[in-house]
Amino acid sequence: MMASRGVSTAADTLRPSDVVSKVATTCDMCFWKCGAIAYLRNDKLWKIEGNPLDPLSRGRLCPRGTGGVGAHYDQNRLRAPLMRSKKRGQEEWVEVSWDEALGYVAERMLKIKDEYGPEAMALFSHGIGGSFFKHTMKAFGTPNLAAPSYAQCRGPRDVGFELTFGEGVSTPERTDIRNARCLVLIGSHLGENMHNTQVQEFAEAIEKGATIIVVDPRFSVAAGKAKHYLAIKPGADMALLLAWMHVLVEEQLYDRDYVERYGFGFAAFAAEIAQYTPEWAYAETGITPEQIRQTAREMAQHKPATLVHPGRHVTWYGDDAQRSRAIALVNALLGSWGRKGGFYFPASMDVPPYPYPAYPQPARAKADNPEKKYPFAASTLTTGLRQATISGKPYPIKGWMVYATNLLQALPNQAETIRAIEALDLMVVVDVVPSEIAGWADVVLPEAVYLERHDDLNVEWFREPFTALRQPVVAAPAEQKPGWWIARELAVKLELEAYYPWQHIEEYLDTRLRAAGLQPATVKEEGIALGARQPIYFEEGVPVEFPTPSGKIEFYSPQLAEKGFDPVPKYTAPDEPPAGHFRLLFGRSPVHTFSRTQTNPTLAAMADENELWLNADVAQRYGLKSGDYVRLKNTDGIISAAVRVRATERIRGDCVYMVHGFGHTARGIFPRYKKGASDAQLTSRYKTDPLMGATGMNVNFVSLELIEEA
Amino acid sequence: MARFGMVIDTTKCVGCMDCVVACKTENDVPDGFCRDWIVEEVKGKQPNLSMEIRSERCNMCDNPPCVYCCPTGASHVEDFGQLVQIDAEKCIGCKACLAACTYGARYTHPEGYADKCTFCAHRLKEGKQPACVSVCPTRCMHFGDLDDAHSEVSLLLKARTHKSLLDEAGTRPRIFFLT
Repeated sequence: MMASRGVSTAADTLRPSDVVSKVATTCDMCFWKCGAIAYLRNDKLWKIEGNPLDPLSRGRLCPRGTGGVGAHYDQNRLRAPLMRSKKRGQEEWVEVSWDEALGYVAERMLKIKDEYGPEAMALFSHGIGGSFFKHTMKAFGTPNLAAPSYAQCRGPRDVGFELTFGEGVSTPERTDIRNARCLVLIGSHLGENMHNTQVQEFAEAIEKGATIIVVDPRFSVAAGKAKHYLAIKPGADMALLLAWMHVLVEEQLYDRDYVERYGFGFAAFAAEIAQYTPEWAYAETGITPEQIRQTAREMAQHKPATLVHPGRHVTWYGDDAQRSRAIALVNALLGSWGRKGGFYFPASMDVPPYPYPAYPQPARAKADNPEKKYPFAASTLTTGLRQATISGKPYPIKGWMVYATNLLQALPNQAETIRAIEALDLMVVVDVVPSEIAGWADVVLPEAVYLERHDDLNVEWFREPFTALRQPVVAAPAEQKPGWWIARELAVKLELEAYYPWQHIEEYLDTRLRAAGLQPATVKEEGIALGARQPIYFEEGVPVEFPTPSGKIEFYSPQLAEKGFDPVPKYTAPDEPPAGHFRLLFGRSPVHTFSRTQTNPTLAAMADENELWLNADVAQRYGLKSGDYVRLKNTDGIISAAVRVRATERIRGDCVYMVHGFGHTARGIFPRYKKGASDAQLTSRYKTDPLMGATGMNVNFVSLELIEEA
Repeated sequence: MARFGMVIDTTKCVGCMDCVVACKTENDVPDGFCRDWIVEEVKGKQPNLSMEIRSERCNMCDNPPCVYCCPTGASHVEDFGQLVQIDAEKCIGCKACLAACTYGARYTHPEGYADKCTFCAHRLKEGKQPACVSVCPTRCMHFGDLDDAHSEVSLLLKARTHKSLLDEAGTRPRIFFLT
């Protein structure tokens, strides 16, 4: 920590007597984990800036990171451990001591272990803060550890790319946006979706004159930067991708040398896609054959520096792994994998794990995907664990620990989630703010926010390898404790202390840093340690390897054929909205993360409710104008809270759009109670991806319920 | 003597509001107010649309009506960077400047004085850039001396097409938008 006297004379900001100090740490306003410098003014948190040494933020945080100050000052935070005093979901609590809360949790966990085995405990977590809870749960003996970031977000993308190139896209995405000469965004709304590095590089690509092509039913911010905006019919993306492939092959525009050298099954692939003409795709997508040909040609003109972005939240229609594979295949035709301006090979530093004792081997395999129903699922399926909890098959799940993920807003079909919770003997939520899922807990454990705690090291895979440290900037305001402390104390009460040979996380962090040859004092001062840059493109000497079964890029996939799936992607037309209905689409706001930030006062000042984007002509037909409120009713009869209309040309007439994360119903977050609408509430239907079990959620249709003037 | 101004590239701005958040935390801007804000202008009919996004704030006009109308001299042009500033001690909260400002850039602080963007003069004096400029993830904002022909802002204005807001008001704004 460095301290200096404030030198400014601006009366409203700094007085000469003010003492300003700063601490380097990492942001946790989303999972990107940018390097940050937090400033204290007279020992109180003042502001947060990016750490200039950090390759992710390059000294600039996104609005959520800048607004992270509000996470500390949020008056709605959980303050003390709570145990429920009435029925689950009634949100009636008594405050208890940490000893009592953790004692209860440990006692119930041991009882579950006795009756059902340790595998009957499941952990749902999100973000790096979950790492010590995973450790405790593995030590306890359960393999059932899941995160919605797989089956409700990026899972299909990783499977689609793994099937094609043998490797996934990883996180942060290995997309070389900065060097792309042509960038294609399909539903990916960079600029509203504020993954910091991606947005910074997007702006850099614009400045360098890259051709931007945006495919979206909504005229996103990114669309406003595009040379070509393709206002696609929702759900028809696969048709466009197939037609692009058709043009690239038919007009011999693809990277023939690359495909001949590294491709497998190209002839079978080419024969299959010959049928998907732009004229055929026009009828499905609403995008003219001329636009399809023109964009395909421009993509080819800039190859291999043409990046067809794989997106991140891609759980849309239930055939998402195949659509992601189609995106991978367009990239394969353009030769962008492993090439500058396409997909680079990320590098990482060698930071050995802490030398823990070996975990016990669970007697039973994970419960989420019995008999490998979804053969290409590569991570645990949240919704699979939910189903196992409801059915008791393949074996009962009787306890949930939920860390930092609001499952009622993250998983589709809230009724199913509640049914699962009702089958539990123990339900624990660890979080920083109240949430809908916390409302259903038996025990709520309040965590210190990222500015008040250490977390595990972030040993990042990126262009430049680096290791970053999260460390406390300020003290927690009440009884909140860091996740590592909670996970460790729980382990102690479970008689698993042998798995925590360290007393304080600083011993753990120092051990790992020293094992990597790093000086803990330096990392604490700078917040980050940079590794040596390594080759990241084929042309820089990265070995050309594709860890698929054929060792090549699989244009035709024998793996898929063997399991009874389409070896080359096919198109399935989406369901049409019933009369008077619109497809419900949702996305991100640049100033909020999921449903976790709505009570942050700094960010709520930017946006404190979401809006319903409604095509201007449609709005006029309903007699609605911007600022009016409506409710949405889905085809299962579920009715949303009132949501403010945004009548706009920026969306097609067959769909409506809202930002995810609003419409809270938890009483613990009363200031935001039902402010805006919740897409999750209306997502009662979902389509499960047959390859890997992810839940496609853009399959719900809503009608407008007009609200009579009071 | 420097004459500070800003050049903002609308082709890169994504309207994320980071500039607004950074300003509010840097300057303790009270709840319910902001010194900078985002404007989105959409033209056309679906699907043939165009959109311009601008981060706006006090234009630090060379011909500032807020200064001319101030009865107490609270609104004044400072030597430092020739910036239009407000002396809160002298301000009587009469709101004449709020009415005079062409750009709606001023508000009455809950403590009773007129308030607005200062270009983060306290940061400039430390050799830093304004908070909004230094935070912007798209690096769409540029700050510098418009009277220095070799400054980044002057070079950008020479190289790129640009505009300023409500030129017809004759205020001679010192914020320019690259288009």
